[in-house]
Amino acid sequence: MTAFTIERRGSVAIITFDTPNESVNKISKAVGWEFEELLQRLESDEVVKAMVLRSGKPDSFIAGADIDEFVQLRSVEEAVRLSRDGQLMMQRVADSAKPMVAAIHGACLGGGLELALACRYRVASDHPKTMLGLPETQLGLIPGAGGSNRLPRLIGVRAAFDIILAGKSVPSKKAFKIGLVDELVPEAILLEVALAAAEKLTRDWEPARKGRGLTGFLLDGNGIGRSVVYRKAREEVEKKTGGNYPAPLRAIEVVHTSMASGMAKGLEAEAQAFGELAMSDVSRRLVEIFFATTALKKDDGVPSGTARGRPVRRLGIVGSGFMGASIAGTAVLNAGVEVRLKDADLARVGLGLKTATDILAGQLKRRRMTRFEYQRKRAYLTGTGDFSGFGDAELVIEAVFEDLAVKRQVFASIEEAVPPTTVIATNTSTIPIHEIAADAQHPERMLGMHFFSPVDRMPLLEVIPTDRTSADAVVTAVQFGRRMGKTVIVVADSPGFWVNRILLPYLNEAGLLLEEGVPIETIDRVMTRWGFPVGPVMLMDEVGLDVGEKAGKVMHAAFGERLKPSRVIGVMRADDRLGRKNGRGFYFYKDGHKAGVDGSVFQLLGVRPLGEVDEQRVEDRLVFAMLNEAALAMSEGVLRTPRDGDVGAVYGIGFPPFRGGPLRAIDAMGAAEVVGRLEKLEASQGPRFHPAPVLEEMARGGHRWYPAGNGR
Amino acid sequence: MFTPPPGRRAVVIAGLRTPFAKSGTVLRDATAEELARHCTRELLYRAELPGDEVDQVIYGQVVPSPLLGNVAREVSLLPQLPRTVPAYTLNRACASGAQAICNGADQIMAGHANVILAGGVETLSDVPILHTRKFAQILANASRAKTLGHRLGLFAQVRPRDLVPVAPGIGEPSTGESMGQSAEKMAKENHISRLAQDELALMSHQRAAAATADGRITAEIAPWFGGPKMDQVVTTDNLVRADTSLEALAKLKPVFDRQYGTVTAGNSSPLTDGASTTLLMSEERAKALGYRPLAAIRSYAVAAVDPGWQLLMGPVYAVPLALKRAGITWQHLGLVEIHEAFAAQVLSNVQAWASADWARRLGLSGPVGEVDWDRTNVMGGSIALGHPFGATGSRLVTSLANEMARRDVQFGLISICAQGGMGFAMVLERVV
Repeated sequence: MTAFTIERRGSVAIITFDTPNESVNKISKAVGWEFEELLQRLESDEVVKAMVLRSGKPDSFIAGADIDEFVQLRSVEEAVRLSRDGQLMMQRVADSAKPMVAAIHGACLGGGLELALACRYRVASDHPKTMLGLPETQLGLIPGAGGSNRLPRLIGVRAAFDIILAGKSVPSKKAFKIGLVDELVPEAILLEVALAAAEKLTRDWEPARKGRGLTGFLLDGNGIGRSVVYRKAREEVEKKTGGNYPAPLRAIEVVHTSMASGMAKGLEAEAQAFGELAMSDVSRRLVEIFFATTALKKDDGVPSGTARGRPVRRLGIVGSGFMGASIAGTAVLNAGVEVRLKDADLARVGLGLKTATDILAGQLKRRRMTRFEYQRKRAYLTGTGDFSGFGDAELVIEAVFEDLAVKRQVFASIEEAVPPTTVIATNTSTIPIHEIAADAQHPERMLGMHFFSPVDRMPLLEVIPTDRTSADAVVTAVQFGRRMGKTVIVVADSPGFWVNRILLPYLNEAGLLLEEGVPIETIDRVMTRWGFPVGPVMLMDEVGLDVGEKAGKVMHAAFGERLKPSRVIGVMRADDRLGRKNGRGFYFYKDGHKAGVDGSVFQLLGVRPLGEVDEQRVEDRLVFAMLNEAALAMSEGVLRTPRDGDVGAVYGIGFPPFRGGPLRAIDAMGAAEVVGRLEKLEASQGPRFHPAPVLEEMARGGHRWYPAGNGR
Repeated sequence: MFTPPPGRRAVVIAGLRTPFAKSGTVLRDATAEELARHCTRELLYRAELPGDEVDQVIYGQVVPSPLLGNVAREVSLLPQLPRTVPAYTLNRACASGAQAICNGADQIMAGHANVILAGGVETLSDVPILHTRKFAQILANASRAKTLGHRLGLFAQVRPRDLVPVAPGIGEPSTGESMGQSAEKMAKENHISRLAQDELALMSHQRAAAATADGRITAEIAPWFGGPKMDQVVTTDNLVRADTSLEALAKLKPVFDRQYGTVTAGNSSPLTDGASTTLLMSEERAKALGYRPLAAIRSYAVAAVDPGWQLLMGPVYAVPLALKRAGITWQHLGLVEIHEAFAAQVLSNVQAWASADWARRLGLSGPVGEVDWDRTNVMGGSIALGHPFGATGSRLVTSLANEMARRDVQFGLISICAQGGMGFAMVLERVV
């Protein structure tokens, strides 16, 4: 492997990083060795006085460290050593007698940024794809190759926390503003500017770095100010993570040590923290989810090579309600396709166009899009009262009201308007796809695409083929879903598909708890503590009680007594409570914002809220209702792999990522333990908690969903 | 008569426009660019034309915004089209849209293009308001001033009257006469009665209302999604009055000569916002792409008269020329579309075409022709539908071509009077 090539420009050596057969550059052990060798060679080369590091990959500098190597780690010591090795590599660059300049174009993340930080000077392109960041905390880690030490020294503790703690990357313009890069230039002259800087550095040039201003000094420049920064950061992290994610807190500690006791101590702390975190369950689960998501990006939902999708240029959407319109806006925004939005009523079409346009306008407002881009994308959106312009659509998504008869009728009219090659998808959360497709003339191009609301923000998409759907149609839908920015799982056409299948028993159990008088805030607190972003009761408000009621009935009809809906939704609906959408739910709403618990559900139910509650029991009932259903669905073949189930749960309902998904959670506990807990619940709560046969089987055989060992 | 090479005839495939709306009403928040892009884009979808087939965009606009000189390029930059489609905007006053179509036809006949989007737009809700020349100069100098003192000194020269904004006029720069005043003059000199004008206006409204009700006009309109929530959908022109009557029209006061005048708001075309686009192709390309042309552009002609005389008599000269170039006579015409700037102008033109006296002045052996109102402006005209200056020509071509196809008429004529004493005429021929 030769990841690096050298080209000389006078006394400056241009190092081009371009790992063969990879789409992006990653820093691995092998790359480290090669780099070390290269440095030695250049340092002993008398002609070379300075170096410029650039990437040979289009629109990508260095994507980060090779995470595969993290997974191989067997012990804390080994992980500490990996971090130490990384630190040494960066230290060599920083200490080298021949200054190195980073010429950054494209993503510069994780280990890539740590390498850039070790360089003497950083020039970045002003291209929108040039993003810099340290995403380690998203994998339950901290920057472990000196980044936790160098970043606060370069840009100050406060700004460093902004980058390290949330693990989000910043565009190069922002990076320049906060001093993370020294110069911002058009890509066309990036190399020339970097070369000039390298040349100047050989002549003892000291690049002027911007001061941080008065606030910067008050907060960063002195011990008292910094202690405020540390305290604030800690408070914020605790509030956000609920104590479930240790990495950001460790990062704060490391930075603190580094700034208070010097870089040597800081690097030691960094390696130690990295090592311990890398071996933690939380990081393992997060890495697994990361790998699963990455794998899904390459998975078209059918065995590879068996089918070909059609690239979508024009998307037709029938039904311009909130769902259809949001699909339209998101498709234009992320996939950049022409969208024809059709509804029988033109005023509804207009409202839909507005909803879709607002999704674009939001991006403009948050400056994620230029005004020109906005104008251009907006012009992709058109509305119509008939099917004009549908003839050229490669994909049509039907998003009308959830009613079988209506959907069938609309489906028939779409079939008349489009050629037989157009893939037609129905967006439904509850109706079996094969029933909608029952009378189709071309059933092979028909499938379900279950989007989650709000479409522009929810990352998951379920693609649901029927028995008769062609593999080509599946691939077309999956690939398009990905272009829309979604993580796509392919799910069998069974009631509730996957996400609602496991969500419903959980929400229903919350309803049963309410019937028993368990306070709303207790239920929601228990589950947010467990790691969900919102509790089940609030989630019902968000989803809408009308939607919940409908889904509940479908699931009850499909699965019988086990999923008999609690009384709660019925009494709420009778009191005209739809949740957030009409401002009347389990919570109060004021101007569209949540404003405290509305306890009237208990009056409606005629029960008195309990004063004291066994919170562990509340947690068990909710969690095991979901885990048991997940196991049942898996055993029925709703999904192709447990991977899809876990990713679907994490992205579809916010299942705590650090628990890795419901199936990982079962594996973590062990099937025997899960069966034991379920049996106890069955004894006290009734047969709905009867353990899924597959779990009993797994318990007997000591089986797991995933093979034991590392996470791939 | 010019005969294009085989397959190079320029044919009209389809056309679509925005609703035409009284300025300052439902389209007041739209820019010319938005209107033009809207109807063009919708035309592409309705015609199911892949954007990469388009070779050129030509658009007409009479009062462009100083912020946007070339609206045609904004149209050709629709994301449905490749970014490489050249485009220009022209100004032939009220005949701009028709001129855009004829220029497109020329390009097609010459073999320079196969598919052209041609049309026009006007929004009089978005006319540029200018500063006085003196104030503009002071602003320009102030922006170049080196010191604050110098800058303040410049502003000290400003007098209140310098700050009165200047609206661009639609009068004649050469004579200072407004269009309405010209129409008034023509009514008097040609002895066009108030009643005759009001009757024409009534017919215009009644026919437009009928053609709207039976869907012929609405089929040519791309619904506009207006209002802050985009749910105020405009599907029809808002100037047509189905319920107007001679009595109601007679009650209106003359605008330009309050004492002896006959030209009223009721028998004139109103200030209007709107855009219209017509899809043109070479006959051979239309065939290759599977389109059935509505009509071919057989000939056109432009003429001009001294604006100081009767400003809107240009069509009297242009029409016989276009007929001659088409190699036909008035008797061959199955349908005629006369742009109604003013009833007085239409009736003056019609009178001249029928006149032996005029035939002599034009050097013709006999009168141009007698207008048969059963075959003229059969879907109403600009008095009822409105007149967005740049767009009207494209509306006329689209409507005439559609109606020719419906009635299976072989030849149709369009006549447009324009500012500056110009007249424009075009002959369409049914393609079978």
